Amino acid sequence: MKRMILALVFVAVPLAAQNQDLGAPVAEGGTLERTTTQASQAEDEGGLSFTVTDESEWADLGVAIPAFATDRDISTPANSNGTAALGREVARVITSNLRNNGLFKPVGPDALPQPSFAQITAPNWGTWSGRGAEMLVHGYVSARGDGRLLFGCYLYDVALQDELVREGWVVPPADWRRAAHKCSDLIYSRLTGESPFFDSRIAYIAETGPKDRRVKRLAIMDSDGANHRFLTLGSATALTPRYSPDYKRLLYLSYVDGNPRIYVYDIGTGKQTLVTQSTNPTIAPRWSPDGRYILYSMAVAGNTDIYRVPASGGQSVRLTDTPGIDIGGSYSPDGSQIVFESDRSGSQQCYVMNADGSNQRRLSFFGGRCATPEWSPRGDQIAFTRIAGDFNIAVMTPQGRNLRVLTGGWQDEAPTWAPNGRIIQFFRTERNTGRSALWQVDLTGRNERRLPTPVDASDPAWGPILP
Amino acid sequence: MNSNFKLALLLAGTAALGACSKKAPEQLPPPPAEVAPTPAPTPTTPSGPAVGSQAHFENAVNGLNVIYFDTDRFNIDNTDAAALQTQAQYLARYPQIAITVEGHADERGTREYNLALGERRANAAKNYLVSLGVAAGRVNTVSYGKERPVALGSDEASWSQNRRAVSVVVN
Repeated sequence: MKRMILALVFVAVPLAAQNQDLGAPVAEGGTLERTTTQASQAEDEGGLSFTVTDESEWADLGVAIPAFATDRDISTPANSNGTAALGREVARVITSNLRNNGLFKPVGPDALPQPSFAQITAPNWGTWSGRGAEMLVHGYVSARGDGRLLFGCYLYDVALQDELVREGWVVPPADWRRAAHKCSDLIYSRLTGESPFFDSRIAYIAETGPKDRRVKRLAIMDSDGANHRFLTLGSATALTPRYSPDYKRLLYLSYVDGNPRIYVYDIGTGKQTLVTQSTNPTIAPRWSPDGRYILYSMAVAGNTDIYRVPASGGQSVRLTDTPGIDIGGSYSPDGSQIVFESDRSGSQQCYVMNADGSNQRRLSFFGGRCATPEWSPRGDQIAFTRIAGDFNIAVMTPQGRNLRVLTGGWQDEAPTWAPNGRIIQFFRTERNTGRSALWQVDLTGRNERRLPTPVDASDPAWGPILP
Repeated sequence: MNSNFKLALLLAGTAALGACSKKAPEQLPPPPAEVAPTPAPTPTTPSGPAVGSQAHFENAVNGLNVIYFDTDRFNIDNTDAAALQTQAQYLARYPQIAITVEGHADERGTREYNLALGERRANAAKNYLVSLGVAAGRVNTVSYGKERPVALGSDEASWSQNRRAVSVVVN
């Protein structure tokens, strides 16, 4: 896995005021180490191969996920009841992950027999055939002498009585859920042929209070809603976060000094700096895919344009220059192009330009308005907010063709892609009450669900797959 | 174009601006000097809000510290112009006072676009005040986009009240 180490030197602005709304820093995650499983396995042949958009014939693919076994049931910081109980929790997390995307019919550990440690690598086929599950997941938890936990994850085809794939990970106890997500990703990728997405995080805005006095706080959580943290206290309105590709920093808008300003928040230190030294309002922050550049939009004398600045600080470059509102911006995965929003033609539409600002041209020509475009991490689609009476999430090709509207809410806004470009999250605002929640929908538009959050939520920003 | 009736009525009632009353008054009104509605010179008003307070400003301009916009628009129409003239007169009378113009949008726009739109509206109001002779340095702007509605419904009546630029005295 390629790791990006960005040595960042931001111009320090030690204004006490700009840190006023910040909570205590959150510990950065530990590292997850992939271990080789001892047996060599012919795993490149004989798997299943489907495309996700054609899910109709396999939405019922049964997957049995019994509790992970343990070699020694001993106490661990990850679970006070011991590694056996932890093994059951891991299987529950995997079950919940696989259930929540409409592709599988998982059966979890609470409805299944518990395999022994020895059976993890040699399933008792008699127990599993005839249960209606085509796929079988086995795994184990082992507490290592160095305090870390070893997880093994195995996927078997019940009819073939054969192993499809296996992998192992060593994680600090606090990161045990990441092992469950990695195992979920292994299963998902093996069965769909798609890239993984469960082991990832989401930044968003947590909302409370009445419509005219809404409190909006920066918050983060795992892709399944676990490990939820508030990063700001709520005394200043926070909006529109974006995780850096390495998850070390967050861009977001805060009114902490009374004006809308983009800050670069460092997750490890809990400190933040202004994205640019200017008294002008800055909005709509975005990262380049390699994390080296930041896009922001700045209003000068009322006119908003898009700017680019190196993430390590330095000179900003203005990329747009029209009297209209030019705002936002989402890079193509290769970093060569930027799709953005502009009302230069009279109403909000989506435009594309080269990363240096050249060759600006309109993409959306299908009636209604095109707002908040986001390029898929796969590069094949652009998601956006389509405004045509109601606000809905839609996708089109990077050439502006094949418009498909995926949702049907009254006000669905601000799409963000899953790391594998197969699921889109957005926020849905309720008419009159103004209450909002995070939702997600797959590219068929058929599998839509609400994400549970502790309070109301908006502005989801899904980060990439964790290394 | 501006559909805010209340504002129009208020405006028609102010002596200085009521250029088109239908009935001839029995007595000629006093010459329409730059008269903001009532604020007599401070010494003769025994009570009431102090100069420099938001309440004093709002009383003096008869509530015309707020102007309203059509959907997605940020132009200053005749009604807005009259309100801003009243504000400019107040600022001319009290040169020690600075204001912030807060630009707002209704909920029927995306969040980031509305922040930019509120910025446009606040600046349109500011530019008009400056064109009337108010020093640019006395007029700050801030956009709240759709984050701070005053009318809470999801209907045109509410949205028309939320598409606004509000002048607020800086303390």
